[in-house]
Amino acid sequence: MSAVDNPKQPAKEWEPNIVGFACNWCTYAGADLAGLSRMQYPPNVKLVRVPCSGRTNPQFVLRAFQKGADAVLVAGCHPGDCHYATGNYFTRRRYLLMQRMLEFMGIDPRRFQARWISGSEAPKFRDVVTQMTEEIKALGPNRKLREEI
Amino acid sequence: MKRIGVFVCHCGSNIANTVHCEKVAQVAKDFPGVVLSTDYKYMCSEPGQVMIQEAIREHNLDGYVVAACSPRMHEPTFRKCAARAGMNPYMVEQVNIREQCSWVHANKEKGTEKSIDLLRMGVAKVVKNEPLYSTTIPVTKRSLVIGGGIAGIQAALDIANAGYPVTLLDREHTIGGRMAQVDKTFPTLDCSACILTPKMVEAAQHPNIELMTYAEVEAVDGFVGNFDVTIRKKARYVDFDQCTGCGACTEKCPKKVPSEFEMELGMRKAIYTPFPQAVPNKPIIDAKHCRYLLDGKCGICKKVCPTGAVDYEQKDELIVERFGAIVVATGFEQFDISAYEEYGAGKIPDVITGLHLERLMNASGPTAGKIKRPSDGKVPEKIVFVKCVGSRDEAKGRPYCSKACCMYVAKHATLLKEKMPNSKSYIFYMDVRTPGKNYEEFYARTQNEYDAQYIRGRVSKIFQVGDKLIVRGEDSLLGRPVEIEADLVVLAAGMDPRGDAKDLARTLGISYDQHGWFTEAHPKLQPVETHTAGIYLAGACQGPKDIPDSVAQASAAAVKAAGLLSKPELTSEAMTALCDEAICSGCGLCQSICPYKSIEIKSINERYHGQMRQRRVSNVNQGLCQGCGACTVACPSGAMNLKGFTNDQILAEVDALCQR
Ligand SMILES: Cc1cc2nc3c(=O)[nH]c(=O)nc-3n(C[C@H](O)[C@H](O)[C@H](O)COP(=O)(O)OP(=O)(O)OC[C@H]3O[C@@H](n4cnc5c(N)ncnc54)[C@H](O)[C@@H]3O)c2cc1C
Ligand code: SF4
Ligand code: SF4
Ligand code: FES
Repeated sequence: MSAVDNPKQPAKEWEPNIVGFACNWCTYAGADLAGLSRMQYPPNVKLVRVPCSGRTNPQFVLRAFQKGADAVLVAGCHPGDCHYATGNYFTRRRYLLMQRMLEFMGIDPRRFQARWISGSEAPKFRDVVTQMTEEIKALGPNRKLREEI
Repeated sequence: MKRIGVFVCHCGSNIANTVHCEKVAQVAKDFPGVVLSTDYKYMCSEPGQVMIQEAIREHNLDGYVVAACSPRMHEPTFRKCAARAGMNPYMVEQVNIREQCSWVHANKEKGTEKSIDLLRMGVAKVVKNEPLYSTTIPVTKRSLVIGGGIAGIQAALDIANAGYPVTLLDREHTIGGRMAQVDKTFPTLDCSACILTPKMVEAAQHPNIELMTYAEVEAVDGFVGNFDVTIRKKARYVDFDQCTGCGACTEKCPKKVPSEFEMELGMRKAIYTPFPQAVPNKPIIDAKHCRYLLDGKCGICKKVCPTGAVDYEQKDELIVERFGAIVVATGFEQFDISAYEEYGAGKIPDVITGLHLERLMNASGPTAGKIKRPSDGKVPEKIVFVKCVGSRDEAKGRPYCSKACCMYVAKHATLLKEKMPNSKSYIFYMDVRTPGKNYEEFYARTQNEYDAQYIRGRVSKIFQVGDKLIVRGEDSLLGRPVEIEADLVVLAAGMDPRGDAKDLARTLGISYDQHGWFTEAHPKLQPVETHTAGIYLAGACQGPKDIPDSVAQASAAAVKAAGLLSKPELTSEAMTALCDEAICSGCGLCQSICPYKSIEIKSINERYHGQMRQRRVSNVNQGLCQGCGACTVACPSGAMNLKGFTNDQILAEVDALCQR
């Protein structure tokens, strides 16, 4: 069946869908600065604004994979710079555990990343998003954990 | 289902150039809950806001989403806009299609697609929003200042002058701190006592200031606006109400001990005032050395006291007082030089520190201002200074600069030359740092007019030969070893945090860095606040500082404290954590993760199978919670939630982003 015959599958290149959790004080601000500086990057990562990276419950990450996300990014202030002093230390610990658990379930660790991006690191934000998009493109769609839609 | 409005902003051409705004608004019409979706050139403009307000009324909206710039920019605008139309301001969500779409994705189709995704996310969230309200708490209009050095005194005076009662607490017998020990002050060389004593007296006599010396903070409960502070008033064994400060007791006391104030270069009695200008100027008994208190013998002071003020039975007293704000100004300690064995520090009596020299230079010091070296009382001619002792030395665990030493060494060299024109000062240094008003000029004069010789390089060894001290080092500019035969060596010992700073930090619930300096809430923008609302920092307890910096910071802290006290009541965050008591197991995991100590475990009574029972559950103090959400993730029962960022809301956002 060609793409033309099948209206449900347009001849469009597959694009990864990446859910990003960004802390309000650093990474979200870094993304804002990337915008203000008119930096260009792929549109695949969509940010959910959370007060602190430490608000990111592992449950949210699992849910994203279940619902069909191809990757998840958790991003916040650099260790030591969390607006709430200690939130990202917990993020860091949790993230390492979580990544191993996901790997155990067959999810490539590249599909779950944590990054520290400050409010002034717009180039870093752009690079992280670009790199992650490329990596996930190469990995292809995620099928693990995914609910049948 | 809630009735949701959607407003897509063009931001002039900022968004509309690379996002099909009409299309985005069109697609949003089909999102669940949306009853109205429209676009407009400038949503944040007055006409834009009027349009939103009219739509709220006309369509009876429960909430709305604005797709525009960053919420970090205009969220307050759109919340206020809702409030003006009678909608709870927290029923608004803003999605960012400018910074995160139009400006970063030149491809208009892709930018539009992402904008739609983000908007779907915003709508999915807002249907789960609930009206939120801030709560108010009363403020106790009194302030506590802990530490009565120059910083604490200044903070207390400023708060008192702003009209609020202040308790100025010091653990020592007198206020004044380190500045009282200093002889003259750079860069103007005015005598320290001459500028400090009037301030000490002013603080003592100020109608709004209560002086509480020889007292320590034992415990702090409560939170911003209402701290309940347990204070230990240590036994002085002298009834200050009766004592006139005549001094008869001190004169007659037979027990002599080295004076801490004089850096042990002089003696004091067991019943004493540390220095003549002490405030309060009444003696106390040092229980560790008093013969009567140690073994019941003596009792002379009681006999000679004309007013019967001596009271050997006095005990420590614990009191609890409530304060709205706390300023911490506990200062620093001089680095303990005995860590530098290679300098004979702590062993050779004529290797002294900066503070020792201050006391030797002081007219009311142990030598009445004559520079005599400790070992044999000889007047020194060649004096060597070694800088950065206990500063900028990784090996000693002190990588930081102590800030005041460069200047106080220049001051010492100048004053020594003035006192003893035949003397010569040699100063070993790594760098000379003079970043203050008139500091560089002062340093230049020290070299040019006061003949101080600066030698760049580290000293490797100091040892005694006969009655001379041999100082061996290297002149790194000339690249050759130097050796100086000195009469006196002064180590410019750096500043250390108070030995018990960490204990106090834990009592107060504030943070400290790896060395023990108290941490400010933000190194640039909140330099006097701490992470605990209502507690402020002043002076050297936050990091090494000289007097001008300490005073400036103290006034800043005072403004913060007075600003807090000036409020009739405090309005707390609306987006705070909330515990669902029905499913909370009382495990307390949330309590330990909260950086602001906002969570307590309380007991509740409930009916269970027809019987009353007690159960422990978590309780978030709405006045303290800053809304970080850490507790929500720590909670194994899913009982803890964050208002405005609930689990349900975020999961709905995730679902919306994945559903395409
Ligand atoms: C040798 C030397 C010379 C100096 N010369 C100069 C100079 O010429 N010019 C200049 O600008 N600066 C000079 N300085 C720096 C100056 O001493 C400090 O900047 C200043 O003392 C800092 O004031 P502070 O109030 O922050 O701390 P401190 O002076 O240390 O006062 C802190 C007070 O808090 C009290 N305290 C501590 N812990 C507690 C507690 N837990 N509970 C209750 N009370 C407590 C202490 O008893 C003390 O009274 C010099 C420093 C040194 C070492
Ligand atoms: S949200 Fe943060 S500040 Fe509030 S109670 Fe939870 S952990 Fe503490
Ligand atoms: S962590 Fe959850 S279950 Fe445990 S006390 Fe806190 S709210 Fe209750
Ligand atoms: S606020 Fe950014 S990670 Fe905590």
